[in-house]
Amino acid sequence: MDGLAHQLIAGIATGGIYASVALALVMIYQATHHVNFAQGEMATFSTFIALTLIQAGLPYWVAFVLTVAISFALGVAIERLLMRPVQHAPVLTHVGVFIGLLLIVGNLTGWVFGYTTKVFPSPFESEGLLFGGLVSGHELGSTVVTLAVLLLVYLFFRHTSLGLAMRAAAYNPASSRLVGIRVGWMLALGWGLAAAVGAVAGMMVAPVVFLDPTMMLGILLYAFAGALLGGIDNPMGAVVGGFAVGVLENLAGAYVVGTELKLTVALAIIIGVLVVRPSGLFGRVVLSRV
Amino acid sequence: MSATEEIPATPVLAQASPRSAMANWQRGALVLLGSAAALAPIFVLESFQLFQLTMAVIMALAVLGLNIVTGYNGQISLGHGAFYAVGAYATAILMSHGDWSFWATLPVSAAVCAGLGYAVGFPALRLGGLYLALTTFSLAVAVPQILKHRAIEDWTGGVQGLFLVKPDPPSWLPVDADQWMYLVALGVSAVLFLLSWNLIRSRVGRALMAIRDNPTAAEAMGMDIATLKTRAFAVSAMITGIAGSLGAVVIEFVAPDSFGFGVSISLFVGMVVGGVASIAGSIFGGLFVLFVPNIAEEVSKAAPGVIYGAILILFLFLLPDGFAGLLRRAAARWRRVAARNGDGP
Repeated sequence: MDGLAHQLIAGIATGGIYASVALALVMIYQATHHVNFAQGEMATFSTFIALTLIQAGLPYWVAFVLTVAISFALGVAIERLLMRPVQHAPVLTHVGVFIGLLLIVGNLTGWVFGYTTKVFPSPFESEGLLFGGLVSGHELGSTVVTLAVLLLVYLFFRHTSLGLAMRAAAYNPASSRLVGIRVGWMLALGWGLAAAVGAVAGMMVAPVVFLDPTMMLGILLYAFAGALLGGIDNPMGAVVGGFAVGVLENLAGAYVVGTELKLTVALAIIIGVLVVRPSGLFGRVVLSRV
Repeated sequence: MSATEEIPATPVLAQASPRSAMANWQRGALVLLGSAAALAPIFVLESFQLFQLTMAVIMALAVLGLNIVTGYNGQISLGHGAFYAVGAYATAILMSHGDWSFWATLPVSAAVCAGLGYAVGFPALRLGGLYLALTTFSLAVAVPQILKHRAIEDWTGGVQGLFLVKPDPPSWLPVDADQWMYLVALGVSAVLFLLSWNLIRSRVGRALMAIRDNPTAAEAMGMDIATLKTRAFAVSAMITGIAGSLGAVVIEFVAPDSFGFGVSISLFVGMVVGGVASIAGSIFGGLFVLFVPNIAEEVSKAAPGVIYGAILILFLFLLPDGFAGLLRRAAARWRRVAARNGDGP
């Protein structure tokens, strides 16, 4: 029974990571109707930047804030440089640009920072386990950070005029432009925010899985599974879906399929959701008039 | 006003027949030249270079498979490496466990891959572009894990993979095993390229493109979208799977880690660089996929990926119709210049 409780809690902790990457995916989707394949690689790159800053002697939280800011700027720059010129091109072009971005960022990370696996510090070091040995300090801390990011994003989208403008730009670009919203910049802002959220996720996951250039590949797929499970157009759903996928993955890995087939669980969830309920648990069913 | 605009229509029509006669003559010469160029490497190249060229032919075939479903039918697949792997494993398992001859495994591998493609085609029906891309991408990522799994280890050889032996050339032909494999790959690919060429120019091919360009209009005109899309997936998976079978015997070895998502991405890059929705483009794609990483590897370990990515994005920005499109435009321009010079005097 203790084993099960531990698997559940470990699942919630990894689920928190998936939830934040899923949140980043959903935010890009909401702002641009894109699913960025390079999200994971961008987050890994950001985490390496954080490690470099920490090794340069900066305190953890200063490095944290700086990394988030740099990632935001990189996200905006990528949208301006790579996505804007092809915004009216067919989807195949977008997929191609994402794949190109994935290849470039992923391999640059290895090129610049090396391929060796590195230890990434956690700000939530604890002496042993908390709450009767069920949860480590880092698991608790990273879950809290994830929930805080979710709350911030929610407040930003619901209660600021900029958040409202971003939602409007995604929902109806033509009308938004007529009322004076700079739609192009809203898209760039969406990319920047997603890159920042991804950076936070990368810094939270790195102490658990260790830092190397391919760290996020599996995580992106779990996050995508989570985003789909919750409904790709619903940030709240993405978070719930991310946590659910984390728990499911851990339980399936421990009791059903073994650790070798964990990624296949993500594939099964993706296909299962798409076949049974394509709009996800909390998503809106989109009807289009032809 | 409109009458003056319609006048040029007549001379164009009048010109059409001599030009197509010319084209027939040219086409015949082109086929002869092409076959000569395709057969020449046997006599010219060293063993390793011939092996590389054989793999390039096989990659071209795999890219052709992807092109049918993604280029012509608009269903973006980033998971065709999975079909390549299944084809390779089907041949490897039958040859090493069942002592089948290579030729006998080809139909089985084709049928297995077509069936798998058909099965993947059904959830694909529910998905728009990006979703399908990510789902097939996750298929590509999951394949090595599934191949390594303990439950099927007796068949697949687990992490160690399987060894197999190239078929011997027939005794009446004065070639060694490597040269024979090149001829086999070339022959199988030529047949499949020809079949695909005919398929795309048939009623079904036009329907596939109509569904890609405007599904609503296509359905309104009576095309059965679900049937056509799933079958396009099956045909596409079958072609890529046959390429996998050929690849397995040429390399004489299959292992899970050689079928990671890198294969799927290579095929996608090859398709874009060669030319999306172009049969001839698939050939350029195959050559690109095989030779460019080798050249880039000499710069640095990370360079192939970065250069791949950069070339992919450059092509999408500057040459969205790929290398084949560039050639097509150059040829059209040359023809226009030639026609103008011919008309002059």
